[in-house]
Amino acid sequence: MSEIWNYLETNGSSVLTALVQHIWLALLPVAIAFVLALPLGALVHRYLPVRHVALTTGSVVYTVPSLALLLLLPGVLGTSVLDPTNVVIALTLYSLALLVRTTADGLDAVDTTVLQAATAMGYRPLRRWFTVQLPLAMPVVLTGLRVATVANVSMVSVAALIGIGGLGQLFTRGFQLGFYLPPIVIGLVLSVALAVVADVLIVAVQRGITPWARAGGR
Amino acid sequence: MSLDYLLDAANWSLTSPDGFPQRILEHLGYTALALAIAALVAFPIGLLIGHTGRGALIAINLGNAGRALPTLGVLMLMLALVGIGLVPVTIALVVLAIPPILATTYAGIRSVPDETVDAARGVGMTESQIAWRVEVPIALPIIIGGLRNASLQVVSTATIAAYAGLGGLGRYLFDGLATLQYDQVVAGAVVLAVLAVVIDLVLAGAQRLLVSPGVDGRGADNSPTTNRPAEPISSTA
Repeated sequence: MSEIWNYLETNGSSVLTALVQHIWLALLPVAIAFVLALPLGALVHRYLPVRHVALTTGSVVYTVPSLALLLLLPGVLGTSVLDPTNVVIALTLYSLALLVRTTADGLDAVDTTVLQAATAMGYRPLRRWFTVQLPLAMPVVLTGLRVATVANVSMVSVAALIGIGGLGQLFTRGFQLGFYLPPIVIGLVLSVALAVVADVLIVAVQRGITPWARAGGR
Repeated sequence: MSLDYLLDAANWSLTSPDGFPQRILEHLGYTALALAIAALVAFPIGLLIGHTGRGALIAINLGNAGRALPTLGVLMLMLALVGIGLVPVTIALVVLAIPPILATTYAGIRSVPDETVDAARGVGMTESQIAWRVEVPIALPIIIGGLRNASLQVVSTATIAAYAGLGGLGRYLFDGLATLQYDQVVAGAVVLAVLAVVIDLVLAGAQRLLVSPGVDGRGADNSPTTNRPAEPISSTA
């Protein structure tokens, strides 16, 4: 235990850098994918042929191992293997594959009579989409967002195997030091803590923007 | 992007110790071992929790926490505690595979309608008969879905075996990176991706063979009058 504190005292700043980098590499892709998934999910929800193509593509993308994708992207994009852009793009693809599906599922689950009521009250399609359909779809969409976020936080560590930063560096550091425990334990604790904090934040946002889920009902 | 290494026939020799056939077999070996152990641990627990409804909260939370654990970190921890070899790699992969199998087994068993279970109990089936002959067959599509998910993750992650000094497809990735032979890295990544897709397709096929046609709806086009009595014998409800 004291070894862990010693390690933090002497390497605190590099641990902090790794943590900050980990947060960026894990969460930026989720944010990009979330913004892209809303319009794409709407298309998938609305047009049956698009649904088939998009969901099949998504499940194939999801099947490709992350380490393989991380190593193949430089060849396709012309980037360097050590470029963090590869990580961001790879994780964006995974998150997108998941979020397009859950966004479409969420929109599918909205009661059509509610939409008819909104139309009857004079809502134009665009306003209806943003103020009625999307908010009602949010619980399902955010469930997908939680899964994508937790998956990303644990997947970023893989990037350390090919020399890109994040908390995974603490694992490879422990490896280089002859299986020295402190950095390994710190890395594990921090990445689980990060996943939990991100998850709790999304749940808090979900409670904030879906007040009807708590009001009455049961 | 050079495909020379991938397309070189010498690398596909069946007898070569570092050819693709040998590496694929090693890779499949690590994967199968980890999946078998994970299934032996997670399936009975998921079945018990799903059937009794007890301990669900603990199982779900443990499963979620397990999902957040980075496998690379678990591997390093095990290497530090146990030493180099197959054991730490297998433990790391088992830890990776347990959450999806446990969560879907539990969810699958819970999804069986209460009235179906009540009916089974009503005709005098014992609890273990209900679990094995009613709940498991009905939950099978969901349970196999979890197994597919787990095997996908384990196949993808079994590359770390090479990082711990063993074989498998990870060898091409790490050796290629270390010696800056990018065509070897590309070859390893392509074979790994194809292997993952093929395994998923094989399991999808197994799902069709194992799941009863009456459960997944394939039997639904049979005319109901030929299979069942047209009218209930008595309706007391």
